Amino acid sequence: MPRVTYISHDGKETVLDVPVGTSVMQAAVLNGIDGIVAECGGSCMCATCHVFVREDQLAKTPEMELGEDAMLDGTAVPRQPNSRLSCQLVMDPGMEGLVVTMPETQT
Amino acid sequence: MRVVILGAGHGGFQLAASLRQGGFDGEVVLVGDEAGLPYQRPPLSKDYLSGKIGLDLLLMRPESFYTEQRIEYMSGARAVEIDRAARQIKLSVGATLGYDHLVIATGARNRVPPLPGVELDGVCYLRDLAETDHLRQRLALAESIVVIGAGFIGLEFASIARAAGKPVHVVELVDRVMARVICPATSLHFLAAHVKAGVEFTFGAAGERIVGDGGKATGVALNNGVTLPADLVVVSIGVVPNMELAAAAGLPTGNGILVDEQLLTGDPAISAIGDCVAFSSVHSRTNPVRLEAVQNAADHARCVADRLNGKPHSYTALPWFWSEQGEQRLQIVGLTAGFDRVVLRGAIESGEFSVFCYAGETLLGIESINKPGDHAFARRIMAAGRTVTPAQAADESFDLRAAASARS
Repeated sequence: MPRVTYISHDGKETVLDVPVGTSVMQAAVLNGIDGIVAECGGSCMCATCHVFVREDQLAKTPEMELGEDAMLDGTAVPRQPNSRLSCQLVMDPGMEGLVVTMPETQT
Repeated sequence: MRVVILGAGHGGFQLAASLRQGGFDGEVVLVGDEAGLPYQRPPLSKDYLSGKIGLDLLLMRPESFYTEQRIEYMSGARAVEIDRAARQIKLSVGATLGYDHLVIATGARNRVPPLPGVELDGVCYLRDLAETDHLRQRLALAESIVVIGAGFIGLEFASIARAAGKPVHVVELVDRVMARVICPATSLHFLAAHVKAGVEFTFGAAGERIVGDGGKATGVALNNGVTLPADLVVVSIGVVPNMELAAAAGLPTGNGILVDEQLLTGDPAISAIGDCVAFSSVHSRTNPVRLEAVQNAADHARCVADRLNGKPHSYTALPWFWSEQGEQRLQIVGLTAGFDRVVLRGAIESGEFSVFCYAGETLLGIESINKPGDHAFARRIMAAGRTVTPAQAADESFDLRAAASARS
């Protein structure tokens, strides 16, 4: 099962096994990781599951759709070139070892 | 210090979680009247009803979260009485529970129409998990469906039922869909999308009785003389706030439990949050308002958690809402009630546009239809206390991104 490392804003690391087909957001919420709010439950409606993907891994994440790109303009902490909404990062085997950092706040 | 939270919906759950996140070290007791762990409601009428996701993805958090965070979660229990003098509540399960601070987060319940036949088998609602599980089974077997009420829930259900190939007829008392929350132009767009998907509508009519045979619903007789056949009737005519407990305890109520700007009730030891609360919003033209929204419940909870953690502030969060109906995505920011002027940005025919709602020159809110970028920028603009003039809104070359990013 692919592993994902979540790094909180203050540097705390948590490694989770995330089943293929599960999103990085869903795995975080199911495991009680603070720092991802996901107010809309994963519909790409709220921009409260914002994460920063390690730059050298961006190429192995799913391509960003227009809706996600648009909602990233509404995040509480301004977007960066490596910003993604974690509800849209659905695991596939190629994403093994993904490292995401969470912003200071989501709301 | 013991905080007791009545209600384990979005507000109650968030309060418990935010108390701990903010460093609260006292006891936290979360009392919920349903069986099972707290869960998210918005997907019930969307991906959960359609079968796209299961219960595992509906839960707010796994069971271990409550243990680790020292949140005492009592399921299947509700308060039947608040004894303010003794600072304790009496529970339906017989016990009493003392509190230092009580938070009422009891939400709202389905409005049940006073119609003959409403008790018939086949008359369903869509608010909690048990209702949704039941409705999902009925939907699979249904041959003809009538939905009473063209609000968010009724229309979200209608689009899922149509996607499942079922005939659906929506009956609405007024002359357009979602009339309570969106402007006429947006209503027309959504109506057209539903009609295109095969949903039938009757406007300006109300159910007179639900007709049945052998205890089972067979149709809905309308007050215009028409009887629509239905073996499944979904009633979605709104909700009423659960405030009887507060009222019985002598707390002031109106269209909800009345609270001050920090969400305290008339008793300094009792707060109230979420759908059951009427409060004065800095974003509303008319107050108090009562909002039915995840955002509002969760932000109310964060505000009360901050106060209990020694960082009191007024509640000023900007309201936003969303709905998904088939391929149509609706996002709203602000409270548009009382608008007297709308400005369209983008072409309705393109299926991607926003409607800016004004009272005179004052921007009240923005409805974005399949236009999440407008919504994202609009939220930032309004949250920062800035505005977009009607002329700017209408001018598609006006840069919303720049307006959202400008330093005020």
